[in-house]
Amino acid sequence: MRTLLRTCGELSVTAGVAMLLFCAYLLWGTGSYTEWYQHVLKQQLQQTAKVAKLGKIHLGDAVAMIRIPRLGRDYEYAVLEGVGQEDLRRGPGHYPGTARPGKVGNFVLSGHRTTYAAPFNRIDELRRGDAIVIDAPEARYTYRVSGKQVVTPDQVDVIAPVPGRPGARPTEAVITLTTCHPEYSARERLVVYGVLSAKRDRRT
Amino acid sequence: MYGWLWRVIPGGTGVKLATMLVLAGAAGVVLWYFVFPSLEPHMPVDRATVGR
Repeated sequence: MRTLLRTCGELSVTAGVAMLLFCAYLLWGTGSYTEWYQHVLKQQLQQTAKVAKLGKIHLGDAVAMIRIPRLGRDYEYAVLEGVGQEDLRRGPGHYPGTARPGKVGNFVLSGHRTTYAAPFNRIDELRRGDAIVIDAPEARYTYRVSGKQVVTPDQVDVIAPVPGRPGARPTEAVITLTTCHPEYSARERLVVYGVLSAKRDRRT
Repeated sequence: MYGWLWRVIPGGTGVKLATMLVLAGAAGVVLWYFVFPSLEPHMPVDRATVGR
């Protein structure tokens, strides 16, 4: 009986340590994969910039660099096409079928909040007017934050061409960032909106 | 469990301790690189997209 109890206790403590280790893995271990893959995507973007020709973008391809000065001078991630589980492990993903960078309509990006290098961890700190810089191979597009919202995961109208008004015809270029909310949860989504304010063509 | 392991491992106290640490490390590596990556997709944390 005593041995049984002791074994039970030992197993419980071991399981507890393993779960702590799992939390550490989710928070920090997953990021190393993202960092490695970001290198691959950045290289791909540099090559695309040399070619300076925009063809069809396939799932998994690098789309653009995102830079947000408010979140730090070295805040930059390569955005890739696709928002599947595997895509978002590699970096912020662009919703296929939503507008291309700088084009009229909604350029929608999703990114992890706490795991896989947590690219969108601090987008709740963005304020109205903050710049979201998208460096696409053909041009640099600067969006300005216009609003923030917390929604339930089923509110797909936030990614409509005119956010919040599905079916409406877009007349301006907007950006929408989505991530999970609250942190460490999957209950809601934090959504940040922006409007295109400047475009600078890249010299080739 | 750990008492049994301690008795089964050969050698003196130092060697036993070293072997235990190596075993614990090996268990950690297996968890970190093989078990955790396969568990992670099923965790209801950090879902970033809407819909679907």
